[in-house]
Amino acid sequence: MNLDLTSTGDLARALLPELTLTAAGMLVLLVTAWRHTSGRDLRIAGWVTLTGLVAGGAAVWWLWWHTARAAGPPSMIAVDDFRFVTDALCLAAAGLTVLVSFDYLEREGLLVPEYYVLLLFATLGMMLMAGGEDLMVVFLGLELMSVSVYVLAGIDRRSGAAAEAALKYFLLGAFASGFLLYGIALVYGATATTNLTQIAAQVRSLSLVQSPMLLIGLGLVLVGFGFKVAAVPFHMWAPDVYDGSPTPVTGYMATAVKAAAFAALFRVLVEAFGGVTAWKPIVWWLAVATMVVGNFIALAQHTVKRMLAYSSVAHAGYLLVAVAAASWAASAALLAYLFAYTLVTLAAFALLAAQGREGERDVRIDDLAGLGQRRPWLALALAVCMLSLLGFPGTAGFIGKWYILVAATMAHENVLAAILVLTSVVSAGYYLPVIMAMYMKPQPFDQAHAGVRLGRPAAVVVAACVVGLLVLGVRPNPLLDLARSSAIVPPARAATPATGR
Amino acid sequence: MYSQAVLTALLGWPVVAAAGVLLVPERWAKHVALSASLVEFAISVPLWWTFQPAAGMQFVLDLPWIPAWGIRYTVGVDGISLFMVLLTTFLVPLSVLGSYAYITTRQRAFYALMLVLTSGMIGVFVSLDLFLFYVMWEVMLIPMYFIIGVWGGERRLYAAIKFFIYTFFGSLLMLVAILVLVLRVGQQTGLYSFSYAYLTAHLGGLGPAAFWLFGAFFLAFAIKVPMFPFHTWLPDAHVEAPTAGSVILAGVLLKMGTYGFLRFALPLFPAVALHPAIQAGIVTLALIGIVYGGLVAMVQPDFKKLIAYSSVAHLGFVMLGIWALTLQSVQGALLVMINHGISTGALFFLAGMLYERRHSRLIDAFGGIAKVVPLLAAALTIVSLSSIGLPATNGFVGEFLVLLGAFPTYPRAALVAATGVIVAAMYLLPALQRVIYNPLDKPENEQLRDLSPREIAVLVPLLACIVWIGVYPAPILRRMEPAAKNLVQSVRLDAATFTATR
Repeated sequence: MNLDLTSTGDLARALLPELTLTAAGMLVLLVTAWRHTSGRDLRIAGWVTLTGLVAGGAAVWWLWWHTARAAGPPSMIAVDDFRFVTDALCLAAAGLTVLVSFDYLEREGLLVPEYYVLLLFATLGMMLMAGGEDLMVVFLGLELMSVSVYVLAGIDRRSGAAAEAALKYFLLGAFASGFLLYGIALVYGATATTNLTQIAAQVRSLSLVQSPMLLIGLGLVLVGFGFKVAAVPFHMWAPDVYDGSPTPVTGYMATAVKAAAFAALFRVLVEAFGGVTAWKPIVWWLAVATMVVGNFIALAQHTVKRMLAYSSVAHAGYLLVAVAAASWAASAALLAYLFAYTLVTLAAFALLAAQGREGERDVRIDDLAGLGQRRPWLALALAVCMLSLLGFPGTAGFIGKWYILVAATMAHENVLAAILVLTSVVSAGYYLPVIMAMYMKPQPFDQAHAGVRLGRPAAVVVAACVVGLLVLGVRPNPLLDLARSSAIVPPARAATPATGR
Repeated sequence: MYSQAVLTALLGWPVVAAAGVLLVPERWAKHVALSASLVEFAISVPLWWTFQPAAGMQFVLDLPWIPAWGIRYTVGVDGISLFMVLLTTFLVPLSVLGSYAYITTRQRAFYALMLVLTSGMIGVFVSLDLFLFYVMWEVMLIPMYFIIGVWGGERRLYAAIKFFIYTFFGSLLMLVAILVLVLRVGQQTGLYSFSYAYLTAHLGGLGPAAFWLFGAFFLAFAIKVPMFPFHTWLPDAHVEAPTAGSVILAGVLLKMGTYGFLRFALPLFPAVALHPAIQAGIVTLALIGIVYGGLVAMVQPDFKKLIAYSSVAHLGFVMLGIWALTLQSVQGALLVMINHGISTGALFFLAGMLYERRHSRLIDAFGGIAKVVPLLAAALTIVSLSSIGLPATNGFVGEFLVLLGAFPTYPRAALVAATGVIVAAMYLLPALQRVIYNPLDKPENEQLRDLSPREIAVLVPLLACIVWIGVYPAPILRRMEPAAKNLVQSVRLDAATFTATR
């Protein structure tokens, strides 16, 4: 299905998922304006949100099924499978977060139905951002997402840590947005356009590869994205914010926000700046620094939540390896990795959220001691998550990591691949103690895990994620096929498309 | 039918059985596990008769797995892996039986993990696809990690994580090397495949990269063997693991390293492996392992630690045999691999039995117990003698073949290695003396039980193998000879061509 984006009808069709989500957001806003006091209202808002997300997903699926493609002059919205898959990923992450939140919000007494509105708008922002074919759309999406998530981080008004997290996230995020916007302005100054494909064309025709204005602009854009994906040295906010936010929100931030930011980063770098080589060494070093710093600092953490926060920084490093490889295979690897990572991270944070009332921030790794005997299924799920985060064969985490390694070695980045695996060894030093505590240490006292409670919707999410991780670990073919067919072909190599691999 | 399905059955059955073990009541778990492992052994036994030495790879099954990446499910055995498979299926039922009294907590989980471990080990030995091999190589880590970490001794957590991280470190670099190898070969031939047969047939032109790739494979396997100086995880893991864990570790897991050298490192990178400097360096490390392992074993107060260091020495012989690369030395190395599995496995069983009686692993805790437990003392004597390498036991045949085969290429190395046999006598005989002879000076030793029928059932098959291989190894040698010969010739030939064309 070819969509002529200059015609209103086709543009609306191309934007159907976004429009659906906007409508759903408005609807939930209306619902919550009427009813926002009891737990029942909260549940209603949740189910409406979920319906909206499913409708958005159906719209994405509809576009994907009809292989919608843009026709005509360069437009502001990308219509390709890469966008659809990223959209689906963000929607799925949001949907699973809603399911996990049902129990959590009531347990923690967070009777704020606006939570779901913000979740919807944040997801909408992500979809715009990942589908933006124009730097302005990317920026608008990013802002919509960020502002919603700032509020989500501080949604628990009684918690000092949450307030600190929200403020920190907001201040630093605002800075990052400033960098990004200034970078976009400079790029516009150099190329007179903000459209990604036209930037690439201008760089070629005006031979701007060495243009200082373009390079500075590109650098600032990288800084802005670096903040959003929590790449070292722009990661400082991440641990505190992840730590202080309500745990389902943390899971959402660590997955959907990251997926959208990486998809946008990859698209911008490859489509607009594919001809500019200057960013490759920068991303290379960002990847190395992020992997090394993230993994080593995670090693020193005692609480599970902070450990997971730093581990998510480390995973951003692995994803940056795919960005540095910047090939057709790399974009497929990015999608496959993000998929596996989303499943595992959502499940891990849902399991953490089950650990206790108002207390999961303080759950130390040693506090999990004896969980294996007390709650065998829960412990098994968490153990699978840890192994998948570690990238152990038999789990989807391994498939993702393997794909990134394939992309890196195909791009002759063997050193980067070696650093990736070596830092993965380091990560065994903090994932394994979780398993060790659960199975190899006795529980500290008799009723140690009596308060662990996983609500039914959350349990369904965890079970689905864990089964998905294991099944895709053994038979990854559908995931790989989807990732391969949705990959972005870098324009520079578009003339000679990659062969069978 | 049998020839195609047997290896897959060997891989799949333990996993199915493990699920069964988890479902039955706790007190039934060990019996179910024992029957399951005996069934596994029964499935594998016909391999011995139906195997045709001259036919190369057989019992092959080849199915697509992840076509997008050129990954297939390919399994098969030849004269090298056949014995590793049989050794595994032989040792697992014995380990299960030997754990009956030792494992008292969480039995279902333990026996289920033992069975899963069996699958992983068989998988390593039968994989003919590098991706499949890597997956199996890693997957078998998890059950062993739990077996050490949950049912181990006092320092089990430390030992478990050390074991895990050492192996993980080596194998991840190997993963990158596998990838680079496949991509390089793929770029030259246009077909990206992880198939072992395809890769070995299309080598050449790797250039200087071959050195780094070999290095990564070497590191992975050398840690697993373990070669000096990568051996430090071994004493911890061996000592802290429960008896069955130690037996499987020594009996099978260490062989994965040497098997990896024979199956992958040598045939894939012949030019590097046979580079004089590298060959000499590895032979030197092997010699250091033999002598150093023996000397360190001599001063161990802990019986299990002594056996652990003796493993370092024995595996040194295997490495010498592999790297001398003559027909006899490779056959000798393979035989030492089998023998070490049997003798050291038996030693660990006996150490475990002593521990169950006195709750001490210290040699000094015993003394003069031959009068109290004559059967156990007799078994320990025979097994120790076989581990030393006394003629008419299995230990002698293997080490003698290694020395014989290594002598033409490395006469001095053979000489040094021969002293290793003497060192072996110097650490095992005094230990034997202190445990079962000497005066019976500790009152608590006067009431020890002798072997129970169950323990006799564990030891008799091992003792029978010790004598059988010691007296009549021909059936084994006959089955491994064509594969060993083929390996030696092809590696030497490839090395010569690659070196000449460079």
